[in-house]
Amino acid sequence: MTKASMTRWLALGLALAFASPSAEAQQAPIKLGELNSYARWAAFTVPYRNGWQMALEEINAKGGVLGRKIEIVSRDDGATTGDATRVADELVNREGVSLLFGSFQSNVGVAMADYANQKKILYIAAEPLTDAVTMAQGNRYTFRIRPSNFMQVGMLVDQAKASGAKRWAIVAPNYEYGQSAAEVFKRLIKERVPGAEIVAEQYPALGKIEAGATVSALEQAKPDGIFNVLFGPDLTQFVREGNTRGLFEGATVLSLLTGEPEWLLPLKDEVPEGWTVTGYPWDEITDPKHKAFIDSYRAKFNDTPRLGSLLGYMVLHMIRDTIERAGSVETDALIKALEDAKFDSVIGPVTMRGLDNQSTMGAWVGKLVLKGPNGGMKDWTYKDGTSFMPTEAEVKAVRKD
Amino acid sequence: MDLSFLAIQALNGLSSASSLFITACGLTLVFGVTRIVNFAHGSLYMIGAYTAATLVPRLLELSFGPATFWAGILASAIIVGLIGVLIEVLLLRRIYGAPELFQLLATFGVVLVVQDLTILIFGPEDILGPRAPGLRAPVEILGRRFPSYELVLIAAGPIVLALVWLLLRKTRFGVLVRAATQDREMIAALGVNQALLFTGTLFLGAFLAGLGGALQIPRVSANAGMDLSIIAEAFVVTVVGGMGSVPGAFLAALIIGELQAFGILIFPKSTLVVVFLLMAVVLAVRPYGFFGRPEVIGGTHAVGISSQKHSPFAPLTILAVVGTLASLPLIGDAYVLKVATEILIFALFAFSLQLLIGVSGVVSFGHAAFFGLGAYGAALAVKWFALPMEAALPAGLFLAAVGALIIGAFVVRLSGIYLAMMTLAAAQIIFAVAFQWVDVTGGDNGIVGVWPSAWASRQVSYYLFTLAVTAVTVLLLMRIINAPFGYSLRAARDSEARAEAIGLKIRQHRWLAFTISGAAAGLAGGIYAFSRGSVDPTLLGIPTSVDALTMLLIGGIQTVTGPLVGAGVLHVLRDQIMPLTSLWRLLLGLSIIAIVLIFPRGLVGTVRTWREEQA
Repeated sequence: MTKASMTRWLALGLALAFASPSAEAQQAPIKLGELNSYARWAAFTVPYRNGWQMALEEINAKGGVLGRKIEIVSRDDGATTGDATRVADELVNREGVSLLFGSFQSNVGVAMADYANQKKILYIAAEPLTDAVTMAQGNRYTFRIRPSNFMQVGMLVDQAKASGAKRWAIVAPNYEYGQSAAEVFKRLIKERVPGAEIVAEQYPALGKIEAGATVSALEQAKPDGIFNVLFGPDLTQFVREGNTRGLFEGATVLSLLTGEPEWLLPLKDEVPEGWTVTGYPWDEITDPKHKAFIDSYRAKFNDTPRLGSLLGYMVLHMIRDTIERAGSVETDALIKALEDAKFDSVIGPVTMRGLDNQSTMGAWVGKLVLKGPNGGMKDWTYKDGTSFMPTEAEVKAVRKD
Repeated sequence: MDLSFLAIQALNGLSSASSLFITACGLTLVFGVTRIVNFAHGSLYMIGAYTAATLVPRLLELSFGPATFWAGILASAIIVGLIGVLIEVLLLRRIYGAPELFQLLATFGVVLVVQDLTILIFGPEDILGPRAPGLRAPVEILGRRFPSYELVLIAAGPIVLALVWLLLRKTRFGVLVRAATQDREMIAALGVNQALLFTGTLFLGAFLAGLGGALQIPRVSANAGMDLSIIAEAFVVTVVGGMGSVPGAFLAALIIGELQAFGILIFPKSTLVVVFLLMAVVLAVRPYGFFGRPEVIGGTHAVGISSQKHSPFAPLTILAVVGTLASLPLIGDAYVLKVATEILIFALFAFSLQLLIGVSGVVSFGHAAFFGLGAYGAALAVKWFALPMEAALPAGLFLAAVGALIIGAFVVRLSGIYLAMMTLAAAQIIFAVAFQWVDVTGGDNGIVGVWPSAWASRQVSYYLFTLAVTAVTVLLLMRIINAPFGYSLRAARDSEARAEAIGLKIRQHRWLAFTISGAAAGLAGGIYAFSRGSVDPTLLGIPTSVDALTMLLIGGIQTVTGPLVGAGVLHVLRDQIMPLTSLWRLLLGLSIIAIVLIFPRGLVGTVRTWREEQA
């Protein structure tokens, strides 16, 4: 055990031993509502839950916030819009939580944003990536941590310029996230790569890809560049079928999220080397603060971190800081404390832009490579989100508030 | 579009046809002998895929080679066969004589149980199996690469067909299976050991389902949703081919496989619709599929409400119940009212189904279609025409009524199991439209922002509004049930021949009942949409239909008030238990099975029987 984590354990022990029982008896814990697709998207959400649980223990070991402990009531959102808002209703009305955070799928994120606006409660969308959450459907009650589709696609398109690919094919799951990413890609590739054209588009239903048919339809158009938005089981089947039929040979492939361990590990040794992706190269992180998080996560859960782990950990710490700055858990005070707030996160400084309630958290961009039995990333850089965000004019043109 | 592309597409179609046939063949064999439509067949397929995806990699670690791979696939199928035997001995054996509604529900209970057990045992993540050793490289066909494993799959279908044919034609077991498919009573009278025959058939059927699932692992990852998606397709295959007919299943699987492969070129986004449309068309032209035999229609299988004396206190009771419910806002907080609102909505939904099942004897397995149509109708009116709630609700009701009118026209021509399958297919078509017509319905995203008008936006007002609508509609439906129209429906349910003989126009009556019931369900759906603020395709899914059936079953199918009580009990239980456990489906499934086996009269029915015995 390293010295740093030794002191941390000692601190935890001391905190537990000397936690003032009288203060605890007077102050009820702050209840936060959390909902996510733990059954449907376990690959991402279970590490995510580990992340926020780790943060929760740290925060409460230090006495919580405003002298109160934090309690999280967590529910499965069923991965559908209707179930999610129903669960949110239960969290708000029966459990009496002060704010809501979580959700994975973009369509659920949009429904939650609508719910938050209707019921005037703070919702922090940790994961949902569609632009709608902070743009067209954005509202003053909804905030997002992860970089949006616009930001991540922007990072990838910058990488595409050098490749010289002009004939692009798009494959994306046919729901909010995939539709939004495809739309942004079409716009950005035409703006930033002169002469680029879209020659094929395939939108299989989420979780129901017919990989063989999809691959042969793409192949038919003979693209020299492919933009992929598939993830999860769809991605695994698509990659296997594409490898078999030689779809990726000689083509530049840009792929959202594929470098994240949650989607990379199931590919095992069939990792398509050379794809340009956004992801999380946790094994090559050297920044001491970030490295310390990775080490203690691995020690605690005896598992390697996913991007979800990092996100869950960051989100709860940011919520804690927000509550402290707001000085209360009133929705209006929390919103004021979040707008244009600066956070000192484990990956460095992150700002929550008040204009569109979008944080400046960035993404790691690199190329896929096979490392031993599994895939990983090489030649990667961390791109801060700030320079990839939509401009003020773009935001004002679509946001309704 | 050149020739080689078409050839590859045809081969793609053949390989999916082959996989589909192997699974559907098991379903049709089991139906032929036991006369049970086994919903759990899809679950067996899923277990086969999960077992193989877990077992085969372990075996390959021990010794890598094609022999190990195929042995693993076979072993998985045998394991699934044994699970099938277990299901037969523990459950099916006890319900061979039960009404078909109970059979369907009991096997659906198994589906729910298996869903949770699968996640418990294999974990929530999808598992992609290993590739078949020796079949990793593609083959060149007309200058295009084609996965060699798919060629093996294409061959597997005809091989299974040949083996099943040999088994049925050349063995004593096969002779008995064919005899039982022809006439079950006769074979029992001749002293054949039925228990062994049925158990053997279930083993064979489950084995084929497991084999179908296990063969998928190199190309599709084993996932928790594959049971319902395959069962829907397997139903289509067996129904189109004719229930109980193996060659029929083969032909139907071929047609559907190719239809999907080429359908994707012509209607890239409506593949699901195409399959169910085929079924609807075939059933409309040939009500028993390609090679099916007409079923013997009898009144024995109908269960429903019986006529009874009217209690003089009935109006007082109704007044007391409505009064109590109306004063709930005095004591309940916002959340209690939310739950109460949902109970009222489901009560209306279940009650509308009672008009079909309990009164008309029309066993609808797709009632979610009308609930969902009502919800979507209302939501679309809000989204596209910016109508307020007061106008959107009637729009939803209208859409549901029109849907019921159209679907009813097909449905009332059928009877028994084909009727149930037709309603299921209709619901699946509407589900597919909602799911794939993204531009209009939003697809998976659904439609958000469906909130009530300002005067009803508080929980108290919305609850009172729901109460008023539900009470009026339920009383209206009760009036219909007790009117001469309701009595004609009951007469037709109990004896079609006699009802016809006294001059009742059965089809018209049923058609009207179907439309009224659909409209009432649509009203419930519309109110539900506004209470949630959004709609999504799950409202149209099979689980929603089963929810309504379960409410009916809990309350008691033979009573008028049963569905209302059932809706309350089920929803309160769900609200209380669901946050506590991730095994809700397991509990629900076990309760459904328990009710079917021990408690077929339901709560209200049991109470009434008990009171009658006391008196």
